Amino acid sequence: MKIRIFSLAAAAALLAAPALADGPVKIGMITTLSGGGSALGIAIRDGFKLAIDQEGGKLGGVPVELIVEDDGRKPGKAKEIADKMLARDKVRIMTGIVWSNLAIAVVPKVTREGVLYISPNAGPSLLAGKGCNANYFNVAWQNDNLHEAMGQYMADKGYKNVYILAPNYPAGKDALKGFKRFFTGGIAGEVYTKLGQKDYAAEIAGLRDAKPDAVFFFLPGGMGISFLKQYAQAGLTAKIPVFGPAFSFDQTILAAVGKAALGVINTSQWNKDIDNPANKAFVAGFKKAYGRLPSLYASQGYDAARLIGGALKAAGGAGASTEALRKALESAPFQSVRGKFRFGPNHHPVQDIYVRQVVDEGGVLTNKIIATAFTDHADAYAGDCKM
Amino acid sequence: MLLLTEQVLNGLQFGVMLFLLAAGLTLVLGIMNLINLAHGSLYMIGAFVAATVARWTGSFMLGLLAALPATALVGMAVEIVALRALYRREHLDQVLATFGLILFFNELAAMVWGPRALFLDGPSWLAGAVEIIPGVPYPAFRLAVLGVGLAVAAFLYWLVGHTRLGMLIRAGASNREMVAALGVNIRALYTLVFGLGALLAGLAGVMAGPIYAVEVGMGEPVLILAIVVIVIGGIGSIRGALVGAVLVGLVDTLGRAYLPSLLGLFMGPANASGVGGSLASMSIYILMAAILVWRPRGLFPAHG
Repeated sequence: MKIRIFSLAAAAALLAAPALADGPVKIGMITTLSGGGSALGIAIRDGFKLAIDQEGGKLGGVPVELIVEDDGRKPGKAKEIADKMLARDKVRIMTGIVWSNLAIAVVPKVTREGVLYISPNAGPSLLAGKGCNANYFNVAWQNDNLHEAMGQYMADKGYKNVYILAPNYPAGKDALKGFKRFFTGGIAGEVYTKLGQKDYAAEIAGLRDAKPDAVFFFLPGGMGISFLKQYAQAGLTAKIPVFGPAFSFDQTILAAVGKAALGVINTSQWNKDIDNPANKAFVAGFKKAYGRLPSLYASQGYDAARLIGGALKAAGGAGASTEALRKALESAPFQSVRGKFRFGPNHHPVQDIYVRQVVDEGGVLTNKIIATAFTDHADAYAGDCKM
Repeated sequence: MLLLTEQVLNGLQFGVMLFLLAAGLTLVLGIMNLINLAHGSLYMIGAFVAATVARWTGSFMLGLLAALPATALVGMAVEIVALRALYRREHLDQVLATFGLILFFNELAAMVWGPRALFLDGPSWLAGAVEIIPGVPYPAFRLAVLGVGLAVAAFLYWLVGHTRLGMLIRAGASNREMVAALGVNIRALYTLVFGLGALLAGLAGVMAGPIYAVEVGMGEPVLILAIVVIVIGGIGSIRGALVGAVLVGLVDTLGRAYLPSLLGLFMGPANASGVGGSLASMSIYILMAAILVWRPRGLFPAHG
């Protein structure tokens, strides 16, 4: 599964480009396009491609060639593709990985090889702290961020006894750790479910018995859909409110959950109603190009592409050295769809995190921003990063 | 005590849900001696067709009525085109071929329906919760699943044990050549049995749709559980599938509900929930191993 985007402009630019550039800048995208979780990778790819298409095959005025390959959510396969992209395609910039375990498998190797990696999603604590690298940038968030924001929000709202729930794998443990870092109330119960679990009847019964005043859950993808449906069927939606990070209330998921998600409060670094020109161009352009509302993941793919574009432009085009590109990336020379955005010392975002609510907009479920949880929020691991 | 009763009910209900999927699998494996990993794909197709028809018509029941013949037809087509050649091959060949079918159907579903999960809700008259245990509202749709599963078990028991068709099916399972020599069209019979298995998978998919996420690849995790069920129950036995499914449902549910707090008596709460969670997800495999040590052919082996 391979898509190459060439533009006629690329040929024209060839003549004008300085010595180092003998063609468009090659960008390798490894992402999940098939099997479980493919909706996420497809959204990232579509967002990224939109930014290139809007510039007619360029980013920051520089012709680019995007090489996309499907990792099938398998770390081994992602590594294999990365090796091929390094050796055969000689890409200068890589991006695209959705899942933290895949990022940990791929990123250290490619950044060591002098390739710049821009993460549009996965932000494991390892790569933000001890394992950080000068060539690695994350344009989305560090994994803990959205959970931390919800911990803060729920503490502010005065919840005293919260039941928390996440899958039993590293990102699930990070999620609950991030939540508890900022939540000051009591924990009614802390449950780790099996990754990929479908039936939550046992957990929901235990939860009702614990009589919490709220529930916080991190169950990405299909797990969250199943949980929310079953929670509503158990008649708990009106009695014990649920809260979570944006992942279970994303545009790709809301339609499948249906009215069980209506009114739920969740935290996100982006929403389609953020008022700035970049976001307006993104939301309108995405709807026009793909005929659907953009998701959180699409916004991250779009920002990744526009960050690369801004850096290419600032560093002086396709001929710029990796050193110059890295310097340019550090200053985040682009208008993010989120509004203000900058990188911290470990190349992870310092950004605002919002509180959203699921609303019904003319028959379509979507999110609306109702508050700001954090202003200029950085992650907890920057101190461990020595570049 | 109330909570325990509710958890037992949850376990029973989950078990019956697994039975719906395992019944078709054990029928095909026991009678036709065919390992069909693509059974989970038929489950997915059932849910997808029901979700699509329910969206067009607004009726879950019409979705159900459309999904059953659709999965049966897809199943029979697959049997005629792909699987017929595999009956005389080894199980490993069958596993490889039907694994290929999983990939094929997942990609096909992604192409036809897109990668995003679909919406499927139960009928409105099953939307609420019923207080069958005082003070504990239980989702009505889950009770309906329980009822459907038990009805299917009774139907299969009658079909296989007390009808002429069932007699032919059993005879074909014991000695294919002899039945064919007696003038029975064994090929058509097998296609029919496979279609019935597919229909059951489709039914399981439709009943799962309102409870679980309807998405590409939804069949594989449940398929693994269904295989555990038929190994425990004894391959080919409907009764074994029912008993095995209820056992797996109970052990899995009660394990998830109580292991963490049990372990909490011995260790810190943070460790207990982590270790308990891991142990609970292993519990059904431990159960399977224990039963296989005791009865290597499962609880109710179909052929002596």
